[in-house]
Amino acid sequence: MEWTDMALTGLIWALEILAIAVPIALSVAYITYAERRVIGLMQVRKGCNRVGPLGLLQPLADGLKLFLKETIIPAKSNKILFVAAPVMALVPALVAFAVVPFGETTLFGLWDTAHVMAIAHLNVGILYILAISSLAIYGVLMAGWSSNSKYALIASVRATCQMISYEISMGFALVCVLMLAGSMDLSVIVNAQKGGFWHWYIIPLFPMFLVYFISGCAETNRTPFDLVEGEAELVAGHIVEYSGMWFATFSLAEYGAMILISLLTSILFMGGWDAPIPALDFIPGTVWLLMKTSFFIFVFIWFRATFPRFRYDQMMRLGWKVFLPWTLAWIAVLGLFTYAGELNSSLTILSDMIGYYQPWRS
Amino acid sequence: MQLIKHAFKTWMLWELVKGLALTMRYFFKPKITVEYPEERTPLSPRFRGLHALRRYDSGEERCIACKLCEVVCPALAIVIESEEREDGSRRTTRYDIDMTKCIYCGLCQEACPVDAIVETQHFEYASETREALYYTKDMLLDVGDRYESQIAANIEADAKYH
Repeated sequence: MEWTDMALTGLIWALEILAIAVPIALSVAYITYAERRVIGLMQVRKGCNRVGPLGLLQPLADGLKLFLKETIIPAKSNKILFVAAPVMALVPALVAFAVVPFGETTLFGLWDTAHVMAIAHLNVGILYILAISSLAIYGVLMAGWSSNSKYALIASVRATCQMISYEISMGFALVCVLMLAGSMDLSVIVNAQKGGFWHWYIIPLFPMFLVYFISGCAETNRTPFDLVEGEAELVAGHIVEYSGMWFATFSLAEYGAMILISLLTSILFMGGWDAPIPALDFIPGTVWLLMKTSFFIFVFIWFRATFPRFRYDQMMRLGWKVFLPWTLAWIAVLGLFTYAGELNSSLTILSDMIGYYQPWRS
Repeated sequence: MQLIKHAFKTWMLWELVKGLALTMRYFFKPKITVEYPEERTPLSPRFRGLHALRRYDSGEERCIACKLCEVVCPALAIVIESEEREDGSRRTTRYDIDMTKCIYCGLCQEACPVDAIVETQHFEYASETREALYYTKDMLLDVGDRYESQIAANIEADAKYH
């Protein structure tokens, strides 16, 4: 390979990464704005509307403020870990976006076949995302340990327990999706749901959808599961010692994870870039995907405005005693029905009943 | 039946849905925010803000230095000194109100037999120095002169309740 080719490939990669990372950073800024406005409106207030028209410049002002603030490193902290922790939290949140498909395009008819719009079109996309999003906990752990503060330490212990109890049922909820789609490739999963909202996995897998989304709330440390930073008992949890840009990095990671969970929920359960009814296909798929994602982000904010924080033992109970048996039972039922459907064609009604859809059969 | 109903509500997350519906209703309700410098809430005629010393229509100051306000003031914010004026009437030579001490209870206004010291509806006189908040007689008279019409209207509006 010529060095010009290598340079060109590298440039294209860099552009692809920028094309995803920059909009994510911007949307994180404006999600904080949306969060303040939406929660304000739900509390019969107006929310921030002073900086710029409708307060739209507020995120920039906030960013500038955080950027200019001093980053304080506690004297008795483990300084290397303390500085590495925010990066460790941010990197997985951004890296996970590498496999998320944002739609299919023929580049305005330039290509003959539709290509998936993702930095890396991985055929084990779900596995990759599960692995990477679990890494995010290390940022919280490192922050809690290195801060040398009892609040931060308790917060990181809580975050770990929370992660363990929710990651499992989240994984099992995804297994249900895999069983229906027959693939770990995110674009294949979307294509398996093609053709209107009645094909979406939210209908046969509604309980799994709930489990996944609620676990998503727990995974991103959002209310009602934001025990990690519960103000009342832990001040700010693992970020109690952070200030300025490092603090901003943590919130960037948190909101990035929120976008990721919303994207994945739309892809896995809501048909991704598929229009709800085929008549609306003229709207580009990416627009549909982003609309669904925005809706789920709104739901995240809505949750925060509505639900009080769970108590710690309640949260553990929910994770281990409700979600885990429920997802396991659902997998068993799903497996049984599909097996019956494969065994005897007269029993396919069973698999049809739960929406088991095999494109290669028809 | 009760059991089925209960199970249904549990598994459909009925109470969570109800909570979400409530916040969504509030989302569309009219907002109660008053954007202060541009918008203001209405003030009562009895509003107790910045103090003023009033004059009669002739231009003569009302205060007769009876010192009832000084006595009644619970915060000891008022200091009065008096002397006989050339025409033989009793007048103040000094009438200071320390706005940093004042608790805006309105007792001075209640105590005054001649409606000389009153509290106006003005409350935006914050300053960057303490000195600017030590109001002297001249300053108080000036406040009175500037807002006399408003003060008179407020006393008029409130008169029927006395």
